[in-house]
Amino acid sequence: MDKTVNQKAWFLVLPVFLIVAFSAILPLMTVVNYSVQDTFGNNQFFWNGLGWFKELLDPSTDLGGRFFASLWRNLAFSAIILAIEVPLGIVVALSMPREGWRVAACLVILALPLLIPWNVVGTIWQIFGRPDIGLLGYALNSIGLDYNYVSDDFDAWATVVVMDVWHWTSLVALLCYAGLKSIPDAYYQAAQIDGASRWAVFTAIQLPKLNRVLLIAVLLRFMDSFMIYTEPFVVTGGGPGNSTTFVSIELVKIALGQFDLGKAAALSLVYNLIIIIVCWVFYTVMTNAGSDRQADKGVA
Amino acid sequence: MHSIPGRRVILSLFLIFLLLPIYWLVNMSFKTNTEIVSTMTLWPTHPTIANYMRIFTDESWYSGYINSLKYVIINTIISISFALPAAYAFSRYRFLGDKHLFFWLLSNRMAPPAVYALPFFNLYSAINLFDTPWAVALAHCLFNVPLAVWILEGFVSSVPREIDETAFLDGYSFPKFFIKILVPLIASGIGVAAFFCFMFSWVELLLARTLTSVDAKPISAVMTRTVSAAGMDWGLLAAAGVLTIIPGALVIWFVRNYIARGFALGRV
Repeated sequence: MDKTVNQKAWFLVLPVFLIVAFSAILPLMTVVNYSVQDTFGNNQFFWNGLGWFKELLDPSTDLGGRFFASLWRNLAFSAIILAIEVPLGIVVALSMPREGWRVAACLVILALPLLIPWNVVGTIWQIFGRPDIGLLGYALNSIGLDYNYVSDDFDAWATVVVMDVWHWTSLVALLCYAGLKSIPDAYYQAAQIDGASRWAVFTAIQLPKLNRVLLIAVLLRFMDSFMIYTEPFVVTGGGPGNSTTFVSIELVKIALGQFDLGKAAALSLVYNLIIIIVCWVFYTVMTNAGSDRQADKGVA
Repeated sequence: MHSIPGRRVILSLFLIFLLLPIYWLVNMSFKTNTEIVSTMTLWPTHPTIANYMRIFTDESWYSGYINSLKYVIINTIISISFALPAAYAFSRYRFLGDKHLFFWLLSNRMAPPAVYALPFFNLYSAINLFDTPWAVALAHCLFNVPLAVWILEGFVSSVPREIDETAFLDGYSFPKFFIKILVPLIASGIGVAAFFCFMFSWVELLLARTLTSVDAKPISAVMTRTVSAAGMDWGLLAAAGVLTIIPGALVIWFVRNYIARGFALGRV
């Protein structure tokens, strides 16, 4: 794009900069402040240096143990849901009807779970999975499976994973559908003339064109699953035991449950740092992919 | 060639999977608690609207919806009006630090609300906004303003630059051009951005619950608290849940073609 250089544009951006700085930088400064202090109540604070960070990053301490346990749990959760949602989303996008009112109807139904408040998503699955009053729990138990997400670790995990698949696969599907729609018909006609198989069309035409949207989908799904809080909190409350306590749930327990400000702040900063690094990697890959694409266009 | 074999079956199964849990919630909202606990039926045998009536007549319930709507609407207005000029700037000009600023905005959209819960609590208590809709509305700006900037930037970029230039030649001042020409041209984009700000503020629970206690308690908080006190009133809980789905379900038809774009921060 031929954008003109104009430093006065900063005046247009200033309001956004100020309001986001107010909501993002100011609170983070408080967090940094807490993370190097200890408190014995009564608003009396003592300098603690890097003590909290040392404790946090040492898995043998209580805090470090909890942090790493929740971190691995969370990464495993993100990996599982990505492994399910991305292929499933692609398949659903490929299965969309081609035109007519059916497309609109499918889009609306697909989007529905995305627009439900997260705590209600939790409530829906809390009810749906209960062995006594929920259809899913009742059906599973009546075919002989001993399913109870309140007491069994595996069942709790399965419920949280299926809930996330239910909640967010549509997002991957909608993104892929948007990507597929942007492929010109000429590509398919050329493939037909060449006698390309269905699989060849997918790997040679559709998948490369989906690269960019899939990258966005993976980024969004990874980020949102990495900071998931509300849905598992409503369904399992992080239990049974600690088996579904993800990083955000652990953080809120420490910060608002125990009011351990220093520990919570140190955890917040490390947590945020991980997010920013991952985000930056994706952003760089994404911009590079974007410029490659423009270069392709230039050649063609 | 677009589609794959067996697509009707796959799609139908998936759509049923999506709809079944929602159907179950709706089904339960029309049942009495006795019926829910004692029998397992696929539809209500004695349909009742008592659960809905209770929500519409009990102030502690319906005020939750009003409180939620208050901060959601304030947030949407702030987000859009702040983001519009910025989106124009990002779309038309290069300036010092523009790329870094754009990335910084993205990273805020990705920030975990759990990290901000405690500092926001301190911040808004300190400036006496705690337990008001303003606290939640401003807190949600953290992710909604960046979102609005990203979405609107895409729409502004689709307006040809010649239109700006012609308007300025015709003697329009910048504010006049902005309001009289640009805003009407991207009206649909503003609608889409507003819809997404509305939705993301509407679905967020953690910050909304942390920043309110009594007067501004959002419906999501009312749902969690009242239920535990009443000893699991499943029918009422289901009815409250159904009512929170309605705002999204009403508007979804109009934005169906923009949903991917909105969730992908305008990048698709």
